Amino acid sequence: MNEAILKIKTPDSVLQTMKTSFVLVFCLHLSSFAFADWLQFRGPNATAVSSEAKVPAETLKIAWTADLPGRGLSAPIVVGDKVFVTSSSGPGQETLHVFCFNAKDGTKKWERVMRTTGRTMTHPKTSVAAPTPCSDGERVFALFSSNDLFAFDLGGNLLWLRGLTFDYANASNSLGMAQSPVVMDGTLVVQSENDSESFAAGLDVATGRNQWKLERPKAANWSSATLWKGAVALQSSKGILAVEPATGKTVWDYTDGASTTPSSVVSGELLYAVSHGITALAPEKGSVTQLWRNEKLNPGTASPLVLGDHIYVVNGAGVLIKASLKNGDELWKLRLKGPFSGSPVAAGKSIYAVNERGIFQTIAPDAPEGKVTQEIELKETVLTTPAVSGGAIYVRSDAKLWKLQ
Amino acid sequence: MKLIFAPLFVLAGLPLFAAEDLSKPIEALRSVQKEGQGNEAAGKAWQEIVKADAANLPDVLKGMNGANPLAENWLRAAVGVIADEALKAKKLPVETLVAFLKDTQNSPGPRVVAFDLIQRADAKLAESLTPTLLNDVSSDLRRHPVAKLIEAGDAALEKKDKDQAITAFTKGLGGARDEDQIKELTKKLRDLDQKVDLPRHFGFLMSWKLIAPFSNADRGGFDTVYPPEKELKFDASYEGKTTAVKWVDFTSKDEYGKIDFNKPFGMEKSAVGYAAADFLSTEERPAEIRIGCKNGWKVWLNGELLFARDEYHRGAKLDQYKLPCQLKKGKNMILVKCCQNEQKEQWTVEWEFQLRVCDATGTAILAER
Repeated sequence: MNEAILKIKTPDSVLQTMKTSFVLVFCLHLSSFAFADWLQFRGPNATAVSSEAKVPAETLKIAWTADLPGRGLSAPIVVGDKVFVTSSSGPGQETLHVFCFNAKDGTKKWERVMRTTGRTMTHPKTSVAAPTPCSDGERVFALFSSNDLFAFDLGGNLLWLRGLTFDYANASNSLGMAQSPVVMDGTLVVQSENDSESFAAGLDVATGRNQWKLERPKAANWSSATLWKGAVALQSSKGILAVEPATGKTVWDYTDGASTTPSSVVSGELLYAVSHGITALAPEKGSVTQLWRNEKLNPGTASPLVLGDHIYVVNGAGVLIKASLKNGDELWKLRLKGPFSGSPVAAGKSIYAVNERGIFQTIAPDAPEGKVTQEIELKETVLTTPAVSGGAIYVRSDAKLWKLQ
Repeated sequence: MKLIFAPLFVLAGLPLFAAEDLSKPIEALRSVQKEGQGNEAAGKAWQEIVKADAANLPDVLKGMNGANPLAENWLRAAVGVIADEALKAKKLPVETLVAFLKDTQNSPGPRVVAFDLIQRADAKLAESLTPTLLNDVSSDLRRHPVAKLIEAGDAALEKKDKDQAITAFTKGLGGARDEDQIKELTKKLRDLDQKVDLPRHFGFLMSWKLIAPFSNADRGGFDTVYPPEKELKFDASYEGKTTAVKWVDFTSKDEYGKIDFNKPFGMEKSAVGYAAADFLSTEERPAEIRIGCKNGWKVWLNGELLFARDEYHRGAKLDQYKLPCQLKKGKNMILVKCCQNEQKEQWTVEWEFQLRVCDATGTAILAER
């Protein structure tokens, strides 16, 4: 577009170009407002906080509902005007589905159906469609508990696939796996951490070939990676290892243990690790400094989030705890309607959480003791984390995908 | 002249009426291997295949025959795209798909895809084909007729026709290969006072020789080669974890074939046990040894290690692991190493496995008596 503008010389054509450019910029601006991206588990940089200026309305209603087959507790992701979600179906959950829905009206743009090449056994509560897909804005990467991994372009063309248990025969967990992949600087980072053949790998986003593969602690792990200043922070029972996405080389290593279920969260330069409650870390290249630790900030299954100057944790009893980001001191507790398997997300000044019974709750964290401002009964079991995009919130159950607006 | 040939050129340019030669792109998809080998070429070939007309569907399905599971998925996804377009345009070649389904020389995977497409295009036709699939080599395809027989049996019961219900359920059980349907039919038949021999239906090996405990301290026993891995002398005695150990006979009374080391040896922790069984095969043939186990385990067939798994107490289920193997005619020796770890929680008590011998469909291969 810039090149085209430079070539125009006459005053009329300059005026016309300005008009055209203004219209284009305006349209792009509108489009970014209408459909911003939520590209992975817990959205932008895995923070669970929307980075958009446009936030959901104070009062939300169900805008549309789409039907899904089988099982699934992967979260939806949003790329532009497309919502992607995965499911697994069939008696042994051997059939894998990747869906693309139109964010505007919930119509199905495409569906691709594949078959597992790895093991499908999971705990009955979870499913083969447990890891959340991720996107680099051009491609969608869908990983399943069976260790089957597919890359599509946004139009549904299959770009490449992998069967990570087909490749590494003991990479599986009989309770099911749930670690969501992340993508950074042309590398897709996947974790297949389990009691047996435990590894993390960086794959070329264009080909799916290994750029690197790291042995990881031999212990079942359901936590997902977080992104810290150009590095990928891999969490496990041993701690958190930050690696360069392109090479897998260590950037820093925190070795004081961490949770294998809720995932840590980054805010600015700091990482708030789910480790002995919450431990605030100031990592640098080659070292990690502990700033504070509060063992009472103990997340249950849900991962914490940072909003403004505070960190929010949902404990195993379904109590939302607000604490200071500076020192970890607790400020208030608010009992939500639990229990929760999915994690809370935030946009603007609101926090959103859906409990296992499908009660969607909007929380005003700035209220003196916190306040639930709206509840929507989705009337289905919900075990997953919402996505926020374009002033709307997307939630899925096994059988439904909802847009709340 | 030009006017005469013009329509022929037009026809030749229309892909609707003739299948294209997709052999090269199909071969590119079939060539994918482990660790993403062949992905680059496959990605390009896939784009070529999905542009093809529905007339090419049988060729793409045939491409799945004998393909490795990764290649099968590349082709399955391509079939899906072509079929979606064909269904929209009502151009799905249903008759050709029926022929493909009926030809059991084709692999189970693409035949299941063909059936699903027939079902989407013409549900009544699919239903009419269902009874022919009761003894199919695909356990997926068997589910449909088994479900119909369950419905038929239930309907007969509603009409108080017990004999007809028993006939339907018995026929259904004969075809059923999936655990959920087998369990449902077993319950229905037993409720009607019928006997069901589940160990025989599944092909569980019920009688074994067991020896234990050897040490699994620090989980090191998993890789320690104890005497039963070097020799199978059932009258021998060896140094065990705390005292001398020797082989004992054990026959499971569990109808899901659980071989429980805790029964003959007590509730041991940090222990290794071995189980050995003869399997007399009437012929040399391909088979699958299927094991369910929540302990660390290894399985050998005739001295060859089939697989080893060092995961503890994450759950067990029927057919948790499927180990393709080749049975020889006559006596085959199956050896199982079953490792209990040090955990003390109530849910870590189990030190057991279940094992059956069957074909790829899950049909029991029974040992010669």
